[in-house]
Amino acid sequence: MLSFIKRVLVTLAILAVLYALNLVMSKQGLFGFGVPLYQVDLWKMAGINIILAVSLNLINGFTGQFSIGHIGFMAIGAYSSTFATVYYTQGLERWLTGVVGADVAAAIVFTFVILVGALAAAIAGLVVGIPSLRLRGDYLAIATLGFAEIIRIIIVNTNRVGGATGFRGCVDSANGVTCIDESMGRLTIPAYTNFFWIGLFAVITIVVIYNIVNSDAGRALISIREDELAAQAMGVNTTRYKVTSFVISSAFAGVAGALYGHWRLPHPGDFTFGRSFEIIIMIVLGGMGSITGSVLGALVVTFLPELLRQLPGGVYNYRLVIYALLLIIIMITRPQGMLGGREFGLSWLKRSRRLPEGTAAVGASKGVPVAEATVRAEKDVEN
Amino acid sequence: MDTFVQQLINGLNIGAIYALIALGYTMVYGILRLINFAHGDIYMVGAFAGYFIAVKAGMAGPSWGGLVVVLFGSMAVAALVGMAIERFAYRPVRKYSRMTTLITAIGVSLLLENLFVAVFGGQGRGFPQLLQDNAYHLFGNAAISKSQILIFVVSIALMVLLQWIIFRTKVGTAMRAVSFNLNSAKLMGINTNAIITFTFALGSALAAAGGVLTAQYSPTIDPLMGITTGLKAFVAAVLGGIGNIPGAVLGGLLIGVAETMVVGYGGSIGIASTYRDAVAFAILILVLLLRPSGILGTTVQEKV
Amino acid sequence: MAADEINAAGGINGRQVQLIHEDDQGEPGKAATVVAKLINQDQVRALIGEVASSNSIAAAPNAQEAKVPMISPSSTNPKVTQIGDYIFRVCFIDPFQGEVMAKFAFNSLKAKKAAILFDSNSDYSKGLIQFFKAAFTKLGGTIVIEKAYAQRDRDFTGQLTAIRDTTPDVIYVPGYYQEVGVIAKQTKQLGIKAPLLGGDGWDSPQLWDLGGDALNGNYISNHYSVDDPTPVIQDFVKRYKAKYNGIAPDAIAALGYDATMVMADAIKRAGGTECVALRDAIAQTANYKGITGVITLNSERNAVKPAVVLELKDKKFVYRETINP
Repeated sequence: MLSFIKRVLVTLAILAVLYALNLVMSKQGLFGFGVPLYQVDLWKMAGINIILAVSLNLINGFTGQFSIGHIGFMAIGAYSSTFATVYYTQGLERWLTGVVGADVAAAIVFTFVILVGALAAAIAGLVVGIPSLRLRGDYLAIATLGFAEIIRIIIVNTNRVGGATGFRGCVDSANGVTCIDESMGRLTIPAYTNFFWIGLFAVITIVVIYNIVNSDAGRALISIREDELAAQAMGVNTTRYKVTSFVISSAFAGVAGALYGHWRLPHPGDFTFGRSFEIIIMIVLGGMGSITGSVLGALVVTFLPELLRQLPGGVYNYRLVIYALLLIIIMITRPQGMLGGREFGLSWLKRSRRLPEGTAAVGASKGVPVAEATVRAEKDVEN
Repeated sequence: MDTFVQQLINGLNIGAIYALIALGYTMVYGILRLINFAHGDIYMVGAFAGYFIAVKAGMAGPSWGGLVVVLFGSMAVAALVGMAIERFAYRPVRKYSRMTTLITAIGVSLLLENLFVAVFGGQGRGFPQLLQDNAYHLFGNAAISKSQILIFVVSIALMVLLQWIIFRTKVGTAMRAVSFNLNSAKLMGINTNAIITFTFALGSALAAAGGVLTAQYSPTIDPLMGITTGLKAFVAAVLGGIGNIPGAVLGGLLIGVAETMVVGYGGSIGIASTYRDAVAFAILILVLLLRPSGILGTTVQEKV
Repeated sequence: MAADEINAAGGINGRQVQLIHEDDQGEPGKAATVVAKLINQDQVRALIGEVASSNSIAAAPNAQEAKVPMISPSSTNPKVTQIGDYIFRVCFIDPFQGEVMAKFAFNSLKAKKAAILFDSNSDYSKGLIQFFKAAFTKLGGTIVIEKAYAQRDRDFTGQLTAIRDTTPDVIYVPGYYQEVGVIAKQTKQLGIKAPLLGGDGWDSPQLWDLGGDALNGNYISNHYSVDDPTPVIQDFVKRYKAKYNGIAPDAIAALGYDATMVMADAIKRAGGTECVALRDAIAQTANYKGITGVITLNSERNAVKPAVVLELKDKKFVYRETINP
């Protein structure tokens, strides 16, 4: 009973903090304390990146499946949710406004379309996952990349969602095409997203993924990562676990997409595989078996370019080069990333999951082949 | 009929370029089981190397000699770049897991692209026309241009050369041995590191040739030109059977033709020509689902 | 250049102009971010930009919301100024530009059949073909085929072969110069004789580098001609070349100059940079004699001006005729 009350209190506290932060970040500020709007955009992007990184980590870091098409699911989430908003929910919202007031109505409708986005992305995850997860490492990577590109190209060719020039929610009305909803006094894709929502879903993502990873299911996933054949031999239904984690991961990417789509209107140029690589950089930087690592990685990748912009000279122009170099150097020197398989600071909250030394999620040699050991031994003998 | 032949020529043309690049992918995968994501960018490096050689040497007008110099020059430069990448980026991570090497490859790819953008600007540049481009009429409306003929001739020549290297020289035999089983080859006394480096050099040279040839045909080069082309070439390698050299050629030609046919004729069945890039990926998905070993590849059982 | 000239002449109403520029790398998402930064962090009072319609459309909502007047020098898609009453432009809009080329093709080139090859990634290109199609068919011509390509494509032989099949009299290619160079070359390779028609997106000194001699014999609609012998224009060209290492100003340069000058003129008339007053002053711009013609902003905040048709010959845009609205 006590732990339940504790959990409720913690939840309320988090919600209050998010609400306060949101006010700080909005135009009016909180007790005169505000954040410049330009920086608010960065924090919003950071929140979305956190959702993307943590969800990708579930499948790449904890299950050991190399998916590099994550952005495709974000795209599906973005487009399906905005599609629902533009073509289906406007009437509902108008009606609800009359019943419970504008803010609550917007919240209800927004929650609904986010769920639509998540569901669409989850279904896509199922469709992509079932055939692809049969494939081995590199092939899986290319298959996921291929699927993400196909998704993007289909979006580019679908005029109903704006095609190559992006979805602005323009609908045919009585006097031609309009992108503004006169009756509500705003764009047809309303900017529902603010820091509160992003923060809320970031927290939800972290909590959910953390709970999955620390459950029996999570241990099954990790066993698949460590040695899939052994896990299968031990009776773990690897296909089911892989597909399930893929679907969950995609669903959260869809949530991120829905949040993004109602903030920066969806544009296919935002969903290229370059963006997939960006998310990969986030989880690699932070450490692929670590949730706090992904959060850190997401923050670094979001804020580092802006910090670089402040530096003199043309350093800012080289920021992508710096990233790439960073990635290579990390892979050569510390492939387990910043946090390896460990979580930061949770040892005093829960029992920490410390992995044995040398068994980092990514980077440890997967067993030394017998022949190589023999050759080395021979070489030693020769010397 | 003449339109069909024309589209076939167009398709085989870009297919030949895909084939040249695919060869590099397939060779490296054969010996290292590594998807060299940066390979498409080597194609771009080759085109830029050719560009700078031509500009520095002051070439402006058509010149066969100039073309030869540019071609071999760019192949040499690309070979060096390929070897450097292998030595400094891939060799240190060879001992780690596959995921690590793949991420490293992605890193190298991003490095090349963004370095070139930062230094040379993302804008396209006009490649000097070293070939007097005439169109030769075949029959009806079908025509083939000089640059298209050049692509066919040079790529066939290079592929024949490659076959000779692989099957008729000691180095080639060593390459085949390493791709069969790296550790056994080492035990047999083969200097595997040297062979691996040589393979990278060879593959990079071929990709660079593809880059220069393409630059004659579509004379705008930019630092991001290798991304999509490289990916499609990789699909070609998978289609033909990754690790299989004739397979890479076959895959390249097939993808080139399929893509052009969709662009040319797809309109009548509702597939807009902007689905062009999706063709390669759709083929990829089909191959991976139905026959992952590719057309000419052999299935490998995973042993415990 | 405009800013430097204004400051050299004593500034506007005695105050100096400071120009802050940012690069959005041609991406609409970045355009929005960059405008947000300029408005919030750099506290700019007015915006000149963007060049391409897709980017202007992405950036304009931020300007409109912050009530910072924005003048686009060259975005021709009608949607740009529809975003709000703080958004202006000093160029003509695509409904007019599409019509210009249709009239030229039908009346001057006596074309009856037209093929279309457009850039599917660009609002500008997609908009122009709609207007061209409407005008051309109204005049009595027929559109025989419509094909698309994506930006950064390098191979157009598939689309061009299909176009060749329909034996058009002209091919309308309202894309950007980066792709047009290769398109022109491959058109010649396939033995297509029909001239290519384009819009102001072709205008760039780099076009010749990318297309060479294959560009000869094609036509574009544009805002001004660098060869126009009018003293005002030639003087501008001379000043520009002197300042920028002998590079001749293309239409974007001339429009950029005009946009800045119009903004400065409006600031002068408004007596300051207060947003509402400035916006009203810009809206009242009438008969301003710019480099690219006499600029009068109508009630939709677009400029009403004639267009010129230029022929591409020997690496130059040669004046052919003027078409009035």
